[in-house]
Amino acid sequence: MPDWLPRRRAKNEQAEDAATWSKCPKCSEVLYRRDLAANLWVCPRCGHHFRMSAVDRINITVDGDFKEIGGDVLPGDPLEWVDKKKYATKLAGDREKSQLSEAVICGTGKIGGFETAIGVMDFHFRGGTMGTVVGERISMLLERAREFHLPCVIFTASGGARMEEGMLALMQLAKTTAAVARFREDGNFFVTVLTDPTTGGVSASFAFQADVIAAEPKAMIGFAGRRVIEQTIRQKLPDQFQTAEFLLEKGHIDMVVPRTDLKATLTRLLDYAAAGHRARTAAS
Amino acid sequence: MNLIVERERGLLELEKRIAELRAANAQQSLDLSPEIRALEEKYSQIQREIFGSMTPWQKVHMARHPNRPTAADYIAEFAQFDELHGDRHFRDDHAIVGGFAKLGERSVMAIAQQRGRDTKENLRRNFGMPSPEGYRKVQRLAHLASHLGLPIVTFVDTKGADPGIGSEERAQSEAIAACLYEFTVARVPIVATVIGEGGSGGALAMSIADRIIMLEHSYYSVASPEGCAAILWSDASKAEEAATRLKLTAQDLLQFGIADEIVPEPTGGAHRDPAGTISRVLKNIGDALDELASLPAAQLKEARYQKYRRIGAWQNERLEVVKTGP
Repeated sequence: MPDWLPRRRAKNEQAEDAATWSKCPKCSEVLYRRDLAANLWVCPRCGHHFRMSAVDRINITVDGDFKEIGGDVLPGDPLEWVDKKKYATKLAGDREKSQLSEAVICGTGKIGGFETAIGVMDFHFRGGTMGTVVGERISMLLERAREFHLPCVIFTASGGARMEEGMLALMQLAKTTAAVARFREDGNFFVTVLTDPTTGGVSASFAFQADVIAAEPKAMIGFAGRRVIEQTIRQKLPDQFQTAEFLLEKGHIDMVVPRTDLKATLTRLLDYAAAGHRARTAAS
Repeated sequence: MNLIVERERGLLELEKRIAELRAANAQQSLDLSPEIRALEEKYSQIQREIFGSMTPWQKVHMARHPNRPTAADYIAEFAQFDELHGDRHFRDDHAIVGGFAKLGERSVMAIAQQRGRDTKENLRRNFGMPSPEGYRKVQRLAHLASHLGLPIVTFVDTKGADPGIGSEERAQSEAIAACLYEFTVARVPIVATVIGEGGSGGALAMSIADRIIMLEHSYYSVASPEGCAAILWSDASKAEEAATRLKLTAQDLLQFGIADEIVPEPTGGAHRDPAGTISRVLKNIGDALDELASLPAAQLKEARYQKYRRIGAWQNERLEVVKTGP
């Protein structure tokens, strides 16, 4: 476990004392935060899945220890980007807000007893956008998984490629694809869990290159953002459009899994793949 | 309105005037050559002013110039072309043109993004913005090329992938992701040329390549300038500012190590000498294929992997991100 993880948790509890109640953005129910956390950040009244921090996600998914990979890879400012703020200032704000060093945490740990390479993106850091660090950490994760023949599970949450890193951000689609291809060509198992929202460069690369693609209920998933489409066609889109359920019906994803069932589902998937791996190893 | 079209209007008028004077000069006993020289000087002065040092935003407009050679103009100069159609599932997307081709003596698979040259053709070709079925055609042809051992030659020219309802319903993300994958694992040389606009993932889907050639005034960007301005500042009218910040010109990309070479354009842009520009591009593609042809598939794939693995800048010192106190 990275040394800052437990400290992050301690800080979280302090914050909870200050803000004990949260309002569900869907049904407006006022919820006691401790109950909400106990219910895996799913509204007990309407089932709305709150966007989760990567740290909380790791805590509810991984059995015990989590060994971080690529935590020392940190963002630079290749374009020396300035708009209303400097990119460096934006990053500092995101670090403060999310208590993360970048928009993804990668590492290894056990899910339901199966040693797994795990990546978790966090929308609270620059909208989960993929810049060079996200691309690098995901690639390092897949390379490690390939080296040790571990299955890989990545939870996505992203607005797409990070504008402030320009073409270097777009190239991370190519980099992660290359890592996925190598990983899978060696007969390894790749699962993605698409959480709200997953769009743009992340959906158009590793998110949709997995062997099994699961999604959380009502997660917004697509290539173009809703606003872009509405501007293009000059009309309002139906509410259901680009939801996980819509994608399931259209045949784009394998399953929609409520968060409360997610760990058990992942465990069963990892078990099938492990059985296949054992059979192949025995045959060769 | 296209900035370049606007600015070159005066030049074209001068050109016409010079031609008229020349014709008159040839017929009359009166010597008009001092006037002609004066106009020619003025012409080259304006030309230097306009094209001497173009801003990124002007280059974006040059890349979108309505008379700029399109992929079809390049493919027409191949010795042979047999078009293959469709994605085998849904529809033939006219924003993508592809098929077997002969570049000189060499058999290749040519795949291109095709915008229209007028409104009618643009409607048929969806302004060069491919739909999922277009990317599935790309993927199919790239797979076939790899299967047969034919090098892949692509021409990139798109604002981006189509962002419509139908494209979302048919999984645009998956279609692009699958193209990226196919190009990554292809066992044959891939040479991609950005001839106009290289817009976002829609362009990347055809340009994971062993060699990337860019025309001097083409651009390649994480998002179109309008898209970037809309995403960051919810204001597409700030596109010029986005174009300046994004570092999207061919010259920028050469510096990043993403583009491998730049093909110069005549003064005033590729459309001022299409034949010359196209023949230079095809020559460079041929040279690149010559160099890549000798590499065994495994070595080719390894080099491609390392090329993309290296791209990206980051700091490697650990920052202290946790503040425990208030």
